[in-house]
Amino acid sequence: MSNLEVLKTYKLYIGGAFPRTESGRFYAPVSKHGEVLGNICLSSRKDLRNAVVAARKAQGPWEERSAFNRSQILYRIAELFSDRKEIFLKEFQKQGSSPEEARLEFSTTLDRIVYYAGWCDKFNQVLSSVNPVNSSHFNFSTCEPMGIVALIAPQNTALIGLVSLILPALAGGNTLVALASETLPISAISFAEVLNDSDVPAGVINILTGKQEEIAPIMASHMDINAFISSDLGAIENAIAEACIDNLKRKFTYTEDFNQRESQGLTFIADLQEIKTTWHPIENIGGSTSTY
Amino acid sequence: MENKKNTSKDHQWLYSPSLESTSHIEIKDKYELFINNEWIAPTSNKYFDTINPADEKVLSKIAWANAQDVDKAVKAARKAYDEVWSKISAGDRSKYIFRLARMMQEKARELAVIETLDAGKPIRESRDIDVPLACNHFFYYAGWADKLDYAFPNQKTESLGVVGQIIPWNFPLMMAAWKIAPALAAGNTVVLKPAETTSLTALKLAEIIKEAGIPPGVINIITGHGDTGEALVKHPDINKIAFTGSTQVGKAIQKALVGTGKRSTLELGGKSANIIFDDAPIDQAVEGIVNGIFFNQGHVCCAGSRLYVQENIAEKLVEKLKHRMKSLILGNPLDKNTDIGAINTREQLQTIEKYIQIGIQEGSVIFQCEGALPAIGFYCKPTIFTNVSQSSVLSQEEIFGPVLTIQTFRTIDEVIQKANNSPYGLAAGVWTDKGSKIFNLTSKLKAGVVWANTYNKFDPASPFGGYKESGFGREGGMHGLGAYLKIIK
Repeated sequence: MSNLEVLKTYKLYIGGAFPRTESGRFYAPVSKHGEVLGNICLSSRKDLRNAVVAARKAQGPWEERSAFNRSQILYRIAELFSDRKEIFLKEFQKQGSSPEEARLEFSTTLDRIVYYAGWCDKFNQVLSSVNPVNSSHFNFSTCEPMGIVALIAPQNTALIGLVSLILPALAGGNTLVALASETLPISAISFAEVLNDSDVPAGVINILTGKQEEIAPIMASHMDINAFISSDLGAIENAIAEACIDNLKRKFTYTEDFNQRESQGLTFIADLQEIKTTWHPIENIGGSTSTY
Repeated sequence: MENKKNTSKDHQWLYSPSLESTSHIEIKDKYELFINNEWIAPTSNKYFDTINPADEKVLSKIAWANAQDVDKAVKAARKAYDEVWSKISAGDRSKYIFRLARMMQEKARELAVIETLDAGKPIRESRDIDVPLACNHFFYYAGWADKLDYAFPNQKTESLGVVGQIIPWNFPLMMAAWKIAPALAAGNTVVLKPAETTSLTALKLAEIIKEAGIPPGVINIITGHGDTGEALVKHPDINKIAFTGSTQVGKAIQKALVGTGKRSTLELGGKSANIIFDDAPIDQAVEGIVNGIFFNQGHVCCAGSRLYVQENIAEKLVEKLKHRMKSLILGNPLDKNTDIGAINTREQLQTIEKYIQIGIQEGSVIFQCEGALPAIGFYCKPTIFTNVSQSSVLSQEEIFGPVLTIQTFRTIDEVIQKANNSPYGLAAGVWTDKGSKIFNLTSKLKAGVVWANTYNKFDPASPFGGYKESGFGREGGMHGLGAYLKIIK
């Protein structure tokens, strides 16, 4: 018996499976201690397209699940994430965090998952309204998910940035196609394994690794993506914003430091919701004001 | 005036004209720009005619603002924001807006008649729908001004500053109200640009603004063509652009805003599905179809322009619809009998006629009401097409006229797929007697407004706006405030 370590292959997460990139390309990011993190998939346009197809397939069923059920699934993510604390602490440190920073990022991430798990069956009550219209109609406005959300994870964190943007989209019934931090990608893939072992249905979240400059423009111009969220994309921000206009993607740029406990809230959910208003006549029996 | 005869074979009755009086309205020969509560001549000294589309006669001359004029208006709005509107109490803001609503109500008939003259819409609609809704919009939002904390509980909000607003010609005064009222209530000042063919009611509103004593510069109204709007969009001291109009122009505006940090809301085009199930109350559904597509000559962004009828009732329903169409009265918009008024512009009439030709070429079957059109003015007969395919130009592109495509479906899944198969997502209609079916449909149709057993209803308290390429942001209701406030995270 040898004690030879078995190395982990980090792959993509698309449609509930862990394929390698179809392009066969890889890159080898280096931690700030100079350690090579691994041969990481360099995703291509085709990988992104596959991820969008998987997300679109998952969108309807995910959105139609009861909010209570979504809440339980999100909480289940927290349970499994908590269970794998040691793996994540080790990875955070491998990617350059101090033990203290690693513990803090882990606990903040865990609490954030629990926080948004609890919102699933509440935000719609807070954001909806029954509207007292000046005619004989019952009229109400409720939230509906926008659909497929493209997400470029903040570059400077291994996991808290990604999770802080995935969870509110998910809580609101959206599906996601996410690109992990280019320089700190490995915990994103380990998190995909958590998602896969939770009860998150296949395709609801898809995680790619690779170059922001390559993938972001493809996401922005993809006609079946409904929203685009990211931190500030720097030099390519304006080009991305312009590409999003072709199908009027809802685009949000978040500049928060997600390590902060208070960088969470209802607006992150509300940004990715459409408001739908429904009208129905109320019969006014025997009256003259009934409208149809 | 002689009695008119309906020439339809099925309806051989005569009816007397019932013209709304124009004696009590006042339209000036020439209108200047409204900046700082003053009437200012345009720097260019250029004016353009605004005509009555029903008889092609010139109603007035309208100032054409250029970039310099836009700059004056924005400066006035900025000064009013910094020195007055952001300083006075929310309660006073509220009272000013209430006052405006009341003074508009006092002049409602004058506004309605002028709207009909300038836009070509039937007086019945401008009198009973456009103008009351415009007044009510101000009245509704007036009360929000000092209650904003209740709209976004547990979150802090701030006004944006100076808002540029560009509105279309289909509901001129109502769109002005939809834009100005929430912006003011939220604490912003505005520069509004009406559409070039329908400036008059906005300019009458300017007179009321002055008379109501709204502080100078809080509302500025500048008239002109596309270049005026472009100058407004590009002005560096605007904090937000709110636009209602075509998807094409909306996207161009959005592109011009990239990298500027200016906010925007867009209310754009649509190709809304109106779905009739076999268990629907059929006569009511026919009224809903007519109201859905022929209201305001079909110049409605949320018009129910794609009709989906369950196959087993299609024949009967189309017959009933044709029968109903024969009794629609087309003609002088000022006549209180009139159902279908004039098309807003010659250009729009040509666009509609082009689409009708495309429909015929695509092999769809056309039906139009009988009878001659008035010799002068821009008119188009209410038109329906059957035998329309899902991929046809006619069923995919927004026509913005009284043209309906009719398709059939068998199953609920089929119709959901067909209805959602559009880049637009503004509105939809569902007609059925079964509640559970309504809720299934209303939750699956990708549209911002769903009318169940009704169509084309609007209210200040009811949020309005689209999914997908129909734009973003909502107007109306509590949600409409979000378009004019910054949420401090």
